[in-house]
Amino acid sequence: MTETASYDLQCLGVSKNYGAVRAVRDVSFDIPNGSFFSILGPSGCGKTTLMRMIAGFEEPSAGDIRIKDRSVLNTPPNRRNVKMVFQHLALFPMMNVYENIAYGLRCNRMSKAEIERRVSDVLARIELPDVADREIHQLSGGQKQRIAIARCMVLDPDVLLLDEPLGALDLKLREAMKIELKLLQHQFNTTFIYITHDQSEALVMSDYVAIMNAGRFEQIGTPQELYHKPKTAFVAGFVGDANRWPCRVVEAFGTTLRVETEIGLPLTGVACGRNPPMQAGAHGELFVRPEFIRAERVRTDGSPERAGPLNVIPGIIDSQLFNGAKSRVLVRGPQGMRIEADVTLTGGEEDLRPGEKVELSWPAEQTRCFAAAGSATGADPGAEPA
Amino acid sequence: MRSQRDIRRLSLFLLLAPFALWIVLLVALPQLGMLFLSLREKIAPRVYEYGFANYVSFAGEPIYWNTLLRTATMSLLVTALALVIGFPVAYYIAKIAGRRSRGALFLLILIPLWVSDLIRAFGWILLLRETGVVSSLLQWSGLVSGGIEFLYTDATVVVGLVYTVILFMIVPLVSTLDGMDEAMIEAGYNLGGNGFTVLRRIIIPYAMPGIVSGCIVTFMLTAGSYLTPILLGGKNSSWFTAQIYDQFITRYNWEAGATFGVLLLAFTSVVVWIGLKLSGQSLSTTVARS
Repeated sequence: MTETASYDLQCLGVSKNYGAVRAVRDVSFDIPNGSFFSILGPSGCGKTTLMRMIAGFEEPSAGDIRIKDRSVLNTPPNRRNVKMVFQHLALFPMMNVYENIAYGLRCNRMSKAEIERRVSDVLARIELPDVADREIHQLSGGQKQRIAIARCMVLDPDVLLLDEPLGALDLKLREAMKIELKLLQHQFNTTFIYITHDQSEALVMSDYVAIMNAGRFEQIGTPQELYHKPKTAFVAGFVGDANRWPCRVVEAFGTTLRVETEIGLPLTGVACGRNPPMQAGAHGELFVRPEFIRAERVRTDGSPERAGPLNVIPGIIDSQLFNGAKSRVLVRGPQGMRIEADVTLTGGEEDLRPGEKVELSWPAEQTRCFAAAGSATGADPGAEPA
Repeated sequence: MRSQRDIRRLSLFLLLAPFALWIVLLVALPQLGMLFLSLREKIAPRVYEYGFANYVSFAGEPIYWNTLLRTATMSLLVTALALVIGFPVAYYIAKIAGRRSRGALFLLILIPLWVSDLIRAFGWILLLRETGVVSSLLQWSGLVSGGIEFLYTDATVVVGLVYTVILFMIVPLVSTLDGMDEAMIEAGYNLGGNGFTVLRRIIIPYAMPGIVSGCIVTFMLTAGSYLTPILLGGKNSSWFTAQIYDQFITRYNWEAGATFGVLLLAFTSVVVWIGLKLSGQSLSTTVARS
């Protein structure tokens, strides 16, 4: 146990250039043994290139990739103990399920009896013990998915790469497969590296998530850290939903900022992101998550006193976006400013309705202010094409 | 309702009519006629007897069935060479060449088809005869002293035939390989296969329908070809189609010619059938698919 490596995979300053295009820039990370690690980013951010370098299909322009503490830079793809589940699975249509799974074992020149034992063993583990003789086209989408994973796992890889394998499935099946993948990872206790542009997949399944943008890692952390303590404006905008407004810093007291939005609305927020600390006069961007904004009817007897520093603005409800427990209202604030706030809609008298005057309030510590930088423009989450 | 169905039936009939006429008049009837001819024997002027006498005399004359066997063997050799040469070309066009150069390469492959077989065979003669380009070049460079005759050998016939039929090998191969997902090849490597394993276990099985259909077309075309073996092989070629021509035109023995024709069709069909059985394919999965 003391002799085994503590990291299944390490990337040290990995870069990849295609001519003048820098697809991956100086990416470094370590993945501890047996974890579920996701790389999340918009399409074209370089995540597929990074994965192909780990698998050995591309050579990095600079940097080192280590598997179990051994550099694999000069190892061809078929000698790396890294297996990959392809986006469209790439099961071999001319072979049946048994032959698909046995292919890798045969490449390792294993005896026939041993191959038979291992294939039936892995089929039992993915709970499809009776499909060995089926043809690939006879399987359902979810079964194909599991066979593709079994085909890799039967080889006992150090790292399993998954390239958006849920993309082709319909919504219901995708939700079910998320849970199943997580369980399979637990069961095999192998490091999974999961590439996706779908943040809900990454957040639900992963132990650690790396947010990738324009070839760089913006932040690596647990899903909770990324959601609640984003380090860059891109992460704050990309992970989860957020109201975002451009602003200017009026006064700074340490990390507490008094800021003014474009339309001159004064708010209190906290400075986030890396140094240098923001100074008065600096331009920035505010992020407030809808679930921290409370929307309440304006009362005639005046608002009750509240504790703690709070931002409070008036508004009128534009529309109700009903989505069960995740319902939301669109509020028109001062000078047409648009704000989204989460609400509970019970279907009773208490529900907020369009046209009603409301008061919006949220704590200052949930008002994150990031320095405006040219490159820190985030993509709209959800607007990502599959 | 009724009339509409009639119209639909009529239009289907009209659409199929040219095809049916072609099959019946140009394929089925001549073959039946040949079969009929082959079964009769002239015993006196205008007196015929029906039986298998023609087939018996074919079996009794070694030179005939030796020619047939030789034609089949050389056709198989040509088919194998066309596959070995054509497969890398098809693989390059379908998988390695960029999207833009792919069309141009495919066009380059097709261009020779615009020139007739006859002209292409004469091209080879210009190159290979004793006073031809290759011989003259060798003499000019001083490598040989006298002129060399490259024509009229089996090797020349094989080369000429491979050149003539290789297109029909490449085209189905390209269309099959084109449909193969690159990820499948990468998966083959990723799961531990080396280049040879990936070729043998993944690429070739995937391309099998294209390989078999290319081989069938190539083999049939080669075994039935007449111009190339005659022009490049001369009298030595002993190609079976030459025997048929000889019986029909020179000896005016239609009965024997028809027998040979039927035997050629039956023999090549048997070879194709054996090939399909050995490769585990069927006609519908190969020729129909590509």
